[in-house]
Parts: sequence; structure tokens; C-alpha cells
Amino acid sequence: MSSLSELYQNVILEHNRSPRNYRVMDDADRKADGYNPLCGDQVTVWVRMDGDVIGDVSFRGAGCAISKASASLMTGAVKGKSREETEKLFERFHQLVTGTLPPGESETLGKLAVFSGVSAFPVRVKCASMAWHTLKAALEAGQAGGRSGGQAIGDPDGPAGRPDRAKDGAAGPPA
Amino acid sequence: MTATASATPALDVERLREDFPILAERVRGKPLVYLDNAATSQKPRTVIDAVSRYYSAENANIHRGVHYLSERATVAYDEVRARVARFINAASPREIVFTRGTTEGINLVAQSWGRSTLKAGDEILITGMEHHSNIVPWQLLAAQTGATVRAVPITDAGELDLKAFDRLLTDRTRLLAVVHLSNALGTINPVRWMISHARERGIVTLVDGAQSAPHLPVDVQSLDCDFFAFSGHKVFGPTGIGVLYGRASLLEAMPPWQGGGDMIETVTLEQSTWAQPPARFEAGTPPIAQVMGLGAALEYVEAVGRAGIGAWEEELLAYATERVGELDGVRIIGTAREKASVLSFVVEGVHPHDVGAVLDDEGVAIRTGHHCAQPVMHRFGVPATARASFAFYNTRAEVDALVRGIRRVRSVFA
Repeated sequence: MSSLSELYQNVILEHNRSPRNYRVMDDADRKADGYNPLCGDQVTVWVRMDGDVIGDVSFRGAGCAISKASASLMTGAVKGKSREETEKLFERFHQLVTGTLPPGESETLGKLAVFSGVSAFPVRVKCASMAWHTLKAALEAGQAGGRSGGQAIGDPDGPAGRPDRAKDGAAGPPA
Repeated sequence: MTATASATPALDVERLREDFPILAERVRGKPLVYLDNAATSQKPRTVIDAVSRYYSAENANIHRGVHYLSERATVAYDEVRARVARFINAASPREIVFTRGTTEGINLVAQSWGRSTLKAGDEILITGMEHHSNIVPWQLLAAQTGATVRAVPITDAGELDLKAFDRLLTDRTRLLAVVHLSNALGTINPVRWMISHARERGIVTLVDGAQSAPHLPVDVQSLDCDFFAFSGHKVFGPTGIGVLYGRASLLEAMPPWQGGGDMIETVTLEQSTWAQPPARFEAGTPPIAQVMGLGAALEYVEAVGRAGIGAWEEELLAYATERVGELDGVRIIGTAREKASVLSFVVEGVHPHDVGAVLDDEGVAIRTGHHCAQPVMHRFGVPATARASFAFYNTRAEVDALVRGIRRVRSVFA
């Protein structure tokens, strides 16, 4: 298989065509916006917590197939998970797309393993991880004093931030 | 084909390609098809050799030593300044300031001329077609002086709205800063006409020539602009070197921007006096090797012939516009009557990054993204575009490779 077909696996193309949980969530209790100033890609992630776990998660945005499919598969993977479990999953996902996941651990990622091809394309790492950074910011918005770019809905002081700016962005195309 | 083109001997493109070592490279197992010339151009052997020769045999600082190498470097450096002046038909080499690139040239004008001239209530007129480098320096200047930045809108075809331009020229306008050839759309703007309107009102004018210098004949006296900025690396020279042309009477009245060695007349611990332009604006040791490379690049372009370059690029762009334009689901962004070297497009339902990734797998290098022209993207309602940009060493066969690549994009994302 060529590195291009490794990148655009069928599952990714299918999620790009028909992204799951692609909607505004009216009863969300937190949200965050992610933005990549280098390529203009943008995503909003909504979360409704159900006690300690993610009860529902959705997204909307404009971006490439990798970023859209990543957000779509992410929403499926984190529903029902606690914040801690979600962050651990993101950590392993980030290792996968940067090619630093120890061998044999990719099966712990389930469907997310389809993003293994990203590691051959360093400039696409930010595409694959933008939704995750944004989800993380949304989850942190619920934490008192969290330095997130997320927004707890109903909290007038919540910053509407761009959590994604610093991380992974440096690999993008120059002006 | 225009009358000029038919009177111009055709370029021997295949032979010229041999002058560019990188064009023989293979990427991802395929011959490199380099269609990202608006981002940076490739370098002919003579440029690579000029940089290499300077470091191998001639390296010395300029304007300092009395020793042999320093004298030779100083002479060669000033010869390039004279060559640049001829390249853009400046009245004198004293009007040529070496900079790091177009961006630095524009910032120099903003911070030296602008900061010492503008005051609250003044207006800076730019256009909606500018690269960020001809927007942000003016916004910074506006914040420092209380001036405001206004912009000429773009039509649906990607041309400047010239009626709006005339309305936007007011008694408060102090500066017109306009791009000659748009990097995002390929539009050639009627800068000479715009400058004449501005100058009737005593407005200072600056032309961003980053894209025009490699593709169009440039004559700053005929344009009658006050400033013209361009970059070495887009005109087949090295990175890290650029040119700011400034009308002598303006440069002479402008304060220094950066202080340091080489830009002074006398220095005491209390105060200093400034050298005459252009030295006044070239503080510190300049990028000497890059200047040598720039000189070789301009010499190369002149040897190839700018008329022949223009005619071939016009033919190539027309061919590419026709072939890409007839593909289903492809929309060309920027359909101005006067265009050069740039073909921006979007493929329906496919993000430009994905277009770029599939083309890359075919060995075809294009640019995807907002091209540092986000206002243009907003104007056309797209987050980004795919952009093929041509140089005289590109061929019809390379356009065909682009078209095959776009077809594959459509099949991968069907």
C-alpha cells in the first residue's frame, strides 16, 4: 500500500463523507473552538457531561478529510469515558500520529488506529489532533481555575479561546 | 497569443530546465513537477555557484577593510546594486536598498517614512487583495500614529473595484500601498493608472512587487511609484535578500529605521549623524553572499529574456486555465482579464489540503491554504484554495500531470 492510501484509509474517507455527531448541541454544558491560523482550519466541539463521564459530544467545522474524520471518530471513541480516560486516549492517539507509540499498542486505540498513516506526513499531525486539543479545552473549561481556551456554557467569564494555536501548529505551511 | 509574443523568439524550455539542478530530482518516486513558484522559485546553477564561489574564494566583509578580498567584495556588492537598478529601471543605484525581502522592505517604509510622516486622521489605502505583508505593517503603523487603514474592494472576478478606488482616495489619504500581481488570484492590477490618480493628489505610493518582479517587466520610472519592494528568492535568487526601491527625494528625507554599523556618518557617545541613502537603511553586515546570488539571478533572467519569459508563461497559464477549467467539479478562483502565473482553484467537496496531498503523491508540488491572504479567502467564501503557480521552466506536460492529479483527487474522494 502506498503511503497515500495508508493516509486516506477507507474508514477515514467514509467518516469524511458522513461525519458522525456533526451537529450543534443545544443542551451542551461546555464547548471550545479550535483554530489553526496556519491553514485556516476551524472546529467547534460541544460536550454534555453525565456525572463524571462524557454523556454526549458533537462537533462542527471546516477542515481537511483528516481533521474531519479525526473529529468524527473521536466523538465515537470518547462517549461514556471520563475526562481522565479521554486524556489518556488522546495521549496514545498523539503518539500514534507522531509515530512514537510503542509497537503493539495500536490495538488499544480501536478504530482510531486508522490514523497510523498520518505519522508519515508530519504536516498533517495538526490536522489529526486539532479536534482532540479542542475537546481537551472544552473539558478543562469545567475545571475551576483551568487555564483552558474552552468555555463553560452559562459561565459569562469563560474565555472563548483557541486552544490549538500553540501545539502542533508549528509544523504547518509557511506564509 | 499577443503581438508581442509572436515577435519574441520562443524559449527553449527543455534546455533551460537543465540549468536548474533540482528539476531533475524525483519525489515520492516520480519526477518532480514544481508548480509552487509563487511561494519560492528554483535556482539556476549560476546562482548556486555564485553563492558557493563567494564563500569558497571571495568571502570578506564589505565597506571595511583595505585588504584585497574586502575591496573585491565591496566592488561586487555595489555592482549588484547597479544591476538591480537596471533591472527595474531605477534612475540611480542610490535608490536601491538591500533588505531581507519584500516584507522587510514594506516594514521599512512603514516604520521610517510612515512613522515620521503620518498623524491621527490620516488614511492609508490598501486593497482587499493584499498579502498579509502589505496589510499588517500598515495596521501596526496605524496603531502607532492614529491613522486608519482602508481597503479597495475586489469584484467577483478578482479585480479591484476601481470606482470604489476613486471614491476611497480622499484628502486624508497619505499612502497608497498596492500589490502589482496577486499571489492568491494571479490578477495583474492596473498599478500605473492607480499611481497616477494617487499622485495627482500628492499621495505617496508603494507597490508590492513580490510576484511581479519574476514574471512581468518592471520599470519603476514608468510606473512612477515612490516605493517598489520585491524578494530575491522569488526571482530565482537566494532567500534572505530583497530589494526596496525608493524615490531618491523620499529616501533622503527619511530617518533611519535600524541603527548600527555602516549606516552612519559620524558617531560620538552623545549623538550620531546618518549616512546618505541607501547605506542609511542598511545597518549591520548585509547578506553579502545572497547579494552575489541575486546578481547572478537577475543576470540569468535578463539572459533568458523577460519578453520570452512573459510570452511562454502567458501561453502556459492559458493552457492550464483551459485544461483545469474543463474538469468537472473544479472552480477557478480569480478570473480577472489580466492575469499571470497563478491558477487558484477549489475541488468541490474536497478540502485543498487533501487535493495537495494527492497531487504530492504524484510528484506535483502546489501550495494549499490561505496563501497569507485571508481577506481574499473571505471575499470568495472559501477557507483555502489549491494554487498552481508557474515559472518559465514549466512545461505543458507538467500541466498535464497537474490535470491527471486533479482527476485522481476526484476519484479518491468520490
